[in-house]
Formats: sequence, structure tokens, C-alpha cells
Amino acid sequence: MAKSQISITVNGKKVEELVEPRTLLIHFLREQLNLTGPHIGCDTSHCGACTVDLDGKSVKSCTMFAVQANGADIRTIEGMANADGTLHALQEGFREMHGLQCGFCTPGMILRAYRLLQENSNPTEEEIRFGISGNLCRCTGYQNIVKAIQYAAAKLGGVPPQEAAE
Amino acid sequence: MIPGPFAYHRPTSVKEAVDLLGSLGDDARAIAGGHSLIPMMKLRLASPTHLIDLAAVADLKGVREDGRDIVVGAMTTQHELINSELLAKKIPILRETSLLIADPQVRYIGTVGGNVANGDPGNDMPAVMMCLNAIYHAVGKSGERRIAAREFYQGAYFTSLEPGEIVTAVRIPVSAAGHGYAYEKLKRKIGDYATAAAAVVLTMQGGKVASCSIGLTNVAETPLWAEEAGTILTGSTLDAATVKKAVAAAEAITSPATDGRGPAAYRTKMAGVMLTRALASAKSRAGT
Repeated sequence: MAKSQISITVNGKKVEELVEPRTLLIHFLREQLNLTGPHIGCDTSHCGACTVDLDGKSVKSCTMFAVQANGADIRTIEGMANADGTLHALQEGFREMHGLQCGFCTPGMILRAYRLLQENSNPTEEEIRFGISGNLCRCTGYQNIVKAIQYAAAKLGGVPPQEAAE
Repeated sequence: MIPGPFAYHRPTSVKEAVDLLGSLGDDARAIAGGHSLIPMMKLRLASPTHLIDLAAVADLKGVREDGRDIVVGAMTTQHELINSELLAKKIPILRETSLLIADPQVRYIGTVGGNVANGDPGNDMPAVMMCLNAIYHAVGKSGERRIAAREFYQGAYFTSLEPGEIVTAVRIPVSAAGHGYAYEKLKRKIGDYATAAAAVVLTMQGGKVASCSIGLTNVAETPLWAEEAGTILTGSTLDAATVKKAVAAAEAITSPATDGRGPAAYRTKMAGVMLTRALASAKSRAGT
């Protein structure tokens, strides 16, 4: 099948690539751009490990073709750190609050939480839990993920972050 | 999982999309959000050789008022429905339902048109559209026709849509001022289809039900409009005895499959429980 030319902005950089129409966005990111932060978990749009930010939406990149993302502006975990190399408040929150154990779900969690905080800078615990309901974690029981997102919301809102988790 | 190969088309008008569907034949499929179709393609349960992406057709987007109706473009996402102030004010059951569909990521991409048109009995919007007496606009090469949601569903994944037609919009009569509504859905977890779900829209006058419409999700090969149950309740005060009779009438039209969500008899009972809850919730929200 003939390849299609696509032009996508990924983590602030414009890329022009040829893709087969059937190439899923997750495969394009991981295999063609070598961005292996977004993970393939369930491969059936349930687990959220492949979540990336695309034109202001959190999307499961295993359930979209790269050609559908032509013209889009995408952010992955590789583009989350601040320009000076320091960690984004969410990354810092996940570290400080022990928001990860094996880490497999973390890139998807952070990208989803990023969009959640863009839409609601001061979410309640319930709003956070509802907001990340499309992301599965099999290690933490979610308690510390919620705390990590609360940490980031507080820090981004200029409030001194709460004490780190035990 | 990698889908079979296909050629990708991205029309910018309804006419162009319909022309492509017509000329490319049976192996061409329209794709909206793709959150039903792409998983099927990955499993090779669907292998279209041409995919016609409707994402760039501007005419298919947005929510607008048209006289006494609200017209929702087929490519409007569930996320957009949830955030529509017009819908929150005029047809709030759509927001309540949208929030129970899948998960946040899927709602950013999943569309109303895809949800109502693909004929999956697990989808939530079809029963709600039957409850609301919505009309689907379908466009094919011989022009536009309108199909009532209550006439649209023929079987699992089998609808009144002709080959080469696409649903372009859903036209919904604005619910009466002071109406009560509820969508109650039992599911095992976030992202699951309903074990059973019930949609209710009713109006009350002088303590009695003036009108009542009921839809049921995922308890038959198609979504169901429980017409008789609604008729039984009309004129009543929603007293326990009448509700019981109506629930029995609603349960009687179900024929769910026995599957991972439970045995058929259980799912029928759960449809009754969801309906009972939805009636109570709708009543509490209705003006007298």
C-alpha cells in the first residue's frame, strides 16, 4: 500500500515522515521516532499506557492511525521536562509522592494528568480519580498517583507542596 | 496488533465523502472517531481496503438550535457534548449519558455519529436517542433522508442505513421545560459496556406523570424503546404498584445474552432495577 506523507509536531519539533496508512500512532512514535516513553500495554484502548497529548486532548495512541494525526501537535513524556532540564511539576510529584512502582503506566498517567490540570487547575480528589479513570495501574492502588497529581496541582498553583509520602 | 492494509482518504465535504463511499464500493468504510472500528480492524474482524476519514468534514461538527430541535453534528465528540452549555440547558440527559461512556481519553475522540450509527447494542446513545425520539440525518448518493431512531436498529450491527450512506447529524426535539430525566447504567468497571442501563425522560403535572419515555441499553440485539412501560406510567403518581407493573412490562421486552456480564435472567432483572432507579431520579428532578 502506498505510503502517505505526514507532517506532525512532536514535543515542539516538526517532523515529516512517510507512513503506511495502517501504522498506528503508537507504532509511529515508538518505532519511527524512537520515542519509547508511550507504552503499549493492553493494545485494546483500555489501559491508557499509550496516552499522549494531541491538540489539547488526551488520546490513546494505540487506537489512532498516524495518518489521522497529520497536522497535529503531540506531546509525549519525552517533552514534559521544563526547558532548563528540570522536572515538570507532575514528574516531580510522581517522584516525591511515590506515584510509581514499576513505572509502566507512568508516562500515560502523567500525560493524562497534564491535560486534566490544563482543564481544571485545582481538581478535587474525586475529579482526579474520575479524570484518570482511563489509565490503569497494577502496582500502586492509585493512592500515591492521586497524591502526586495533587502535589503538582499545588506546585503549579504556587502553593508549597505537601510533605512527601512515607 | 496491526490492521490489514488500506488506502486512506480524507474528504473535506459530505458530498466528497459520499462520492468516495459510492465509488469505492463495499470494501470502503467511513471512520469517525474510530474507537469501535480500529479495535475491530486490529483484531482483523474488519478489513476495509479503503478508509474514509470524516474528521476534516467541517459540516459534521457542532451543536446548534434549529427551531424546536437541537441538531448535533455526527462528528461531535462526547467530550464536546459534555461541555456544551446549550445541551446542558436543553437536553441534560445527553451530558449524564456521555459521562458514563468509556473513559476520558475515549470521550475526547468518540463521536455521537459513530455511537449511534454503528449498531453496537452496547453503545449508550442509541437507547437515549430512542427515548428522546431523535431523528438521524442520513446522506447517500441519492440525497438526504431522515430516519427515526426508533426505526433505525434492526439487529446487532445491523441498521436501516443503506450501503453508501453516512449519518451526518442527529436531530433531537428539545425536552419539555421542567422535564425530569435520568440515565442509570450498571457496569462492572469504568470503560465497560452496560450490564443493563435505562434512560427515562418524563414530565409531571399536578403530581401525575404527563408523559414518559423509556429506553433500554444492552439487553437485546438492539437498543429498546419500552413504549408500553411508558404508557403504563402515564397518568400515575409513580406509585410503587404502577412502577412495578411498568418495570415488568419493560423486563418482558428484553432478551439479553448470557455473557461475562452475567446470565440473561440477571441482566433482565438489572434492567428493571436500573429503570426503577431512573424513574425515581427523573421524578426528583421534574418540575410539578
